[in-house]
Amino acid sequence: MEYEAVIGLEVHVQIKAESKIFTRCKAGFGFEPNTLVDPVVMGLPGALPVMNKKALDGVIKAGLALNCTIPDVCKWDRKNYFYPDSPNNYQITQYDQPICEGGLVEIELSGDSRAAMGEHKKIQLTRIHLENDVGKLNHFTEDSLVDYNRAGTSLMEIVTEPDMHSGDEAFAFLTAVRQIMVYCGISDCDMEKGQMRADANISVRPVGQKELGSKIELKNLNSITGVKNGIEYEIKRQTRELKKGNTITQATWRWDADQGRTESMREKEDAHDYRYLPDPDLMPVRIDDEWKNWIRAEIPELPFDKQRRFIEAYDLPYTITSVLVPDRELSEYFEAAAKRSPKMAQAIGNYVTNDVLRELSETGQSLAECKVTAEHLLSLVNAVEKGTITKQIGKDVFLEMFKSGELADAVIERKGLKPNFDEDQVKVWCQEAIDENPRPVDDFKAGNEKALNALLGPVMKKSRGKANPQIVNQLLRELIS
Amino acid sequence: MSEELYYKSASELSGLLEKGEVSSLELTRSIIGRTKAVEDRVAAFNSYDEADALAQAEASDQRRSTGNISGPLDGIPVGIKDILAVKDQPLTCSSKMLENFISPYDATCIQKLKQSGAVLWGRLNMDEFAMGSSTENSATHPTSNPWNLNCVPGGSSGGSAAAVAAGEAVLTLGSDTGGSIRQPASHCGVVGLKPTYGRVSRFGLAAFASSLDQVGPMARSVEDASLLLQAISGHDLRDSTSFRKEVPDFSKSLESLKGKKWKLGLPKEYFEKASDSAAMEPVQKAIDFYRELGCEIKEVSLPHTEYAVATYYIIATAEASSNLARYDGIRYTHRAANFDPKDSVDVYNQSRAEGFGEEVKRRIILGTYVLSSGYYDAYYLKAQKARTLIRQDFEKAYEEVDALLTPTSPFPAFEKGAKMEDPLSMYLSDIYTISANLAGIPGLSLPCGYSNGMPVGLQILGKPFQEDEMLAIGQAFESAHDFKNQHPEL
Amino acid sequence: MSDTEKIDIEYVAKLARIALSEEEKAKFSEQLGSILGYIEKLEELNTEGVEPTAHPHPMENVWQEDVVSSELSVEAALQNAPKQRQNMVVVPKVVE
Repeated sequence: MEYEAVIGLEVHVQIKAESKIFTRCKAGFGFEPNTLVDPVVMGLPGALPVMNKKALDGVIKAGLALNCTIPDVCKWDRKNYFYPDSPNNYQITQYDQPICEGGLVEIELSGDSRAAMGEHKKIQLTRIHLENDVGKLNHFTEDSLVDYNRAGTSLMEIVTEPDMHSGDEAFAFLTAVRQIMVYCGISDCDMEKGQMRADANISVRPVGQKELGSKIELKNLNSITGVKNGIEYEIKRQTRELKKGNTITQATWRWDADQGRTESMREKEDAHDYRYLPDPDLMPVRIDDEWKNWIRAEIPELPFDKQRRFIEAYDLPYTITSVLVPDRELSEYFEAAAKRSPKMAQAIGNYVTNDVLRELSETGQSLAECKVTAEHLLSLVNAVEKGTITKQIGKDVFLEMFKSGELADAVIERKGLKPNFDEDQVKVWCQEAIDENPRPVDDFKAGNEKALNALLGPVMKKSRGKANPQIVNQLLRELIS
Repeated sequence: MSEELYYKSASELSGLLEKGEVSSLELTRSIIGRTKAVEDRVAAFNSYDEADALAQAEASDQRRSTGNISGPLDGIPVGIKDILAVKDQPLTCSSKMLENFISPYDATCIQKLKQSGAVLWGRLNMDEFAMGSSTENSATHPTSNPWNLNCVPGGSSGGSAAAVAAGEAVLTLGSDTGGSIRQPASHCGVVGLKPTYGRVSRFGLAAFASSLDQVGPMARSVEDASLLLQAISGHDLRDSTSFRKEVPDFSKSLESLKGKKWKLGLPKEYFEKASDSAAMEPVQKAIDFYRELGCEIKEVSLPHTEYAVATYYIIATAEASSNLARYDGIRYTHRAANFDPKDSVDVYNQSRAEGFGEEVKRRIILGTYVLSSGYYDAYYLKAQKARTLIRQDFEKAYEEVDALLTPTSPFPAFEKGAKMEDPLSMYLSDIYTISANLAGIPGLSLPCGYSNGMPVGLQILGKPFQEDEMLAIGQAFESAHDFKNQHPEL
Repeated sequence: MSDTEKIDIEYVAKLARIALSEEEKAKFSEQLGSILGYIEKLEELNTEGVEPTAHPHPMENVWQEDVVSSELSVEAALQNAPKQRQNMVVVPKVVE
């Protein structure tokens, strides 16, 4: 029997903000333990929550970017459970009236090769709601230590429908969500800093069966690759069990990335009786069209739309767009130059995705620090296009621009890279080469195209690399015939 | 008048301080002396810090000498119910759970009080976490009613009421979730005011039931209560339920509303059952007084009154079960010495078993139950809907009248121990006060007579955010009687 | 609400994280039974079409702008902690 997997994800994303979700205490990562706290974060007697407008703006933006419906009114509920990382022993969340409902996320699966665009699909969302993050437990052999710095950070939970079927799809989903969040400035989604976390609900059923199988909730998926590997492992495990005639019992398992396997977690005894109640300390939120509209205006062109446009408008190959587009800053950097000279877009794209990225990575600079601007890129591609310099010399000119911040023309001038001869001189060098190398000439005449290269070399040498290879090629052909 | 300083009113003391006839230090010493003299019998305080109070008094006198006083309360000792956060002072809520807790921050009303120059004086006893009507549910000790030491002072703000009645503070702050200011005020023969929900910030008030709790003043006169209300009222950015509404100048409105002929309603449901109760006679006389004053007295109906107690106990306990979950033995509360060191759940179970008293446990259990899986709609949601109907009853009544007159409590202060074993009858005694919390309206209790030597309170229920009218109605009665100058013999 | 006299005290106490003694269990069961019996009064009330009241004076959109203005020092935050180490609160080992 053939089996298929059904996967739903619960993705937690921290919203970037100066202060926490329900108090104006500083939010952040990497601070000394319990230094980002106040009476509200610590749940002291008498402390009361007050919403952070920025968190609301962030999740509305996310909802609009992910094609959700934003109901007119959402409200706050308390989810009651005891845990040492939760100072109030309840989490403030949204139970029956979340801020975003539904939604669709476009994803791209990996293509047949790096150069080929993969299949695009749309994954259905159930909802997005807002809640407070909890503190962090540090485990030791004898006891655990609690740090409440993270407690109270603005957190949105994106819940998908059981709409994915492989680790690849889950991977693609998280990649797409992360790109959109970063594009929109909602979150940096750094999984190492816990800014994005995912749990997966995985079940397996015989192909053709309508009902879902019993699901395993998989936790501890600490990286996007971890999500993919964990899910793939779990699908194989469940399929194996079912094939053996065993049944799957609904439970929570964890992914052990070091061991590369999943394992069962101890069950909370009385889980799932959360005694939700509307939080009496907070007022509902009404979101009108005006609010939605100004947030919508802040949403940039999203990655897949930009990719389609780049391919269309600039005739870029997929490979270049797949490097440019995931990085909003890089794609804008590219376009600042490309839109001024659309015909040169491909050449610009090549410089950006090869030379710029390579030099940034070697020097450890950020794009913002890069001395090569759109102006520089244009001066360079124009010089090559006009034949002022060769592509090969262009590479050297780029390095000089990157170091000094001069425009290409200035580099060419300063370094004397501009040819100081005319076409007649090149013709003379070509004739000399033909005379000095009779053998390749004969071979060429006999129909060996490649033999021409043996003449090209000497001419380039005579010109000190400055002659335009296309012109040399053409002149050689003319002279030989 | 040769009355002792500690029994003078805040308004009179304010004048004496201004004229330099008395200093805050003298006044504070008088209060401290009085407290030391009677506290062995009244036991209103959980703790007090003499040196701290004297230092505040000195600072007030200093301000006055340079002409920088902050207002009418500058230099006047105000006692604080032990449920409000005062920076670097204990905050016990009369619970073993918080017996060693020192607050690292100020409640908003405390901050305001400090800005008004008042001398913050002591931590007043209460029913544990404000759950109770007798102050017998205190983990520290019971407080006595200054009028009869065998009787309870009422609750939960029993310490605040008793301290004012016994001259251990000029004014005190209490908190009222279902009558916890008004009922003890009634039992101790003082004035107690529960403001409109949202008038006074709840930030720094240890929550019992968030949608019902309000901080309010207790005093020996209506004018004094208005002075303290003035100091603590106003919108607070740190309390999302605090109302953005201008606070009237209560002293001015007491003047301007003087002599007004009010339309006053008598809720028939309140009087039907209460006609034979001991507390009724003085209340009836008070009603007659208003009639003779030329006010229009009218019967009104609050048809959903009979559902108020049930509604209240569902909402209050449900919210409390969640609010009190933070007291868990982990971050700042009592932690049981003996728990299974391998199990954090056991820290909760044992610490909460040891840290909470019986009434608190009972209410947490009830609140947990009504919220547990499968019961939400039947209890909590149903109660929220009943609450709407109760609120609408008042809205309708206020279309006809300016305020309502009712008894504060069905009976005067009872003897200690009399009701401890019967929680339901204790809950039912809140019948006249809880509706104001459900509807979010203001309520005032002021002394209107005695029954067998024990004080009886008249309750005035006002329109939302019209404490000024309610105060003026109360003062009309007070100024024609001498109850504010009658003190218990101690 | 018909079986409210029989409140599952063990289950509720476990949810509430309070270790009750056998005496307390017996006492509370009985007292809560009578309180719940009284509360059942609400059943007779017709609340069809009635909106629930969450706040006596409802408001909407009560928030603050995202500006840091509140803090507490580590010392103050942990001054009441029953047990602390390395500026963190010590709890028994939590099994995940």
